[in-house]
Amino acid sequence: MSNVPENLRYRESHEWIDPTQTPSPVGITDHAQAELTDVVFVDPPKVGAQVSAGQQVCVIESVKAASDIYAPVSGEIVEVNGALGGEPGLLNTDPYAAGWIFKIKAANPAETDALMDAEAYRKHIG
Amino acid sequence: MVPFAGWEMPVQYSGIVEEHKTVRQTVGVFDISHMGQIIVGGKGAEAFLNRVLTNNIAKLQPGEGQYTMLLNERGGVIDDLIAYRTSEREFFLVVNASRIDADWAQIESQLTEDDDVLMANASDFTAGLAIQGPKAREVAAAVFGGEDSYPAHNAILVTMTENGPMWLCGTGYTGEEGFEFFMPAETAVSWFRKIVEAVKAAGGMPCGLGARDTLRLEMGYPLNGNDLSEERTPLQAGLGFFVDLEKSGFVGREALVAQKAAGLPDKLAVFRMTGAAPPPRPHYPVAFGGEIVGEVCSGSQAPSLGGGIGMAYLPTDAVKPGNTIEIEIRGRRFPAEIVKKPFYRKPAA
Repeated sequence: MSNVPENLRYRESHEWIDPTQTPSPVGITDHAQAELTDVVFVDPPKVGAQVSAGQQVCVIESVKAASDIYAPVSGEIVEVNGALGGEPGLLNTDPYAAGWIFKIKAANPAETDALMDAEAYRKHIG
Repeated sequence: MVPFAGWEMPVQYSGIVEEHKTVRQTVGVFDISHMGQIIVGGKGAEAFLNRVLTNNIAKLQPGEGQYTMLLNERGGVIDDLIAYRTSEREFFLVVNASRIDADWAQIESQLTEDDDVLMANASDFTAGLAIQGPKAREVAAAVFGGEDSYPAHNAILVTMTENGPMWLCGTGYTGEEGFEFFMPAETAVSWFRKIVEAVKAAGGMPCGLGARDTLRLEMGYPLNGNDLSEERTPLQAGLGFFVDLEKSGFVGREALVAQKAAGLPDKLAVFRMTGAAPPPRPHYPVAFGGEIVGEVCSGSQAPSLGGGIGMAYLPTDAVKPGNTIEIEIRGRRFPAEIVKKPFYRKPAA
């Protein structure tokens, strides 16, 4: 069973965001990393970019495939996880902590509220 | 599971990298039931096959096999295959799943009434398992018992059973020690269970298409459909070693001789990414000297090496080991170096 922490919000495309932190870290879920397996490269978004919810913001590459990552909410990208450059496998080993991808300053709290909570995401991944 | 040449195939059982490393270190079992088997027999089988295949099949003694190719008149590769001589007058061809119909049509089209040859397509009722890795011999001993049932490199052992023939072939697609085992389809599930058990006991695991692809790519083995096509010749693919231009004529020979005289327009280059880069993947553009001159035909992260590797057809003058090329990935160019194959060499024991 995949780990789905209670304190996070989820997009149907398997990104998580932690709304209890400002700016909010974003990553991919345990379920997503297990499906992708073996992440080998993270093409990070640009710091300072203004993105809208649902916009493709970066790409992560596993041995199997390249996968688009979407912004769960609108806002400004204020930081990217530099550790992933040398150790992209953190997305597999620690998807909810050391494997965060970027931090976003969310523009509109209503967008975060509209994302799935843990229970809904658990249903989503069946 | 993914569709592949009309089959539903597992890309991975536990993870591509884990499966890949297991094959390099212990042993893995692959389901290769999709592969095709064509049997060609008769008094004229040797002479006939030498007219349709590139390698010299007359060199094979009963029990031996060779890598060879089936070409069209233009010298383009219809398929690459292993041809085994199972007896003086009978040959067993192991062909690619996606090419069974094309192969059959091409071989049959070359057949004349004078040839004294019969062909049979065993693909539909034959399943196959590839057991690959340093502990393959241990698995064979556990499953079949005894050393006599292990085929030498490139050799074939045929056993008749009550369900039909079984073929044990000393070949693979991973660069490791191992064998490919073809059996009557109705016995495949029980063989798979038995072999998975022996593989696990030897520290291995079942492996999917994903690891099969990264393993063969590390060896620089071409994949039909990616790296071989009817539009390019074995000379362009760097497979001239498996073409005997000295033997009597075969389909495509004249085109190869002409191409050799004229010079190759392009060649299959193997390359590795030189810095941190996304893995190269098929169809990414390739630049040399700033100009886009080709595209990646096979490419992946190489689990044994840690970086990206790939192959691409590039203008002949660009294909020199040490040359720098660039792979364009989502609009950005990443440097790569042309190298010699194989990418991976077994560490000395």
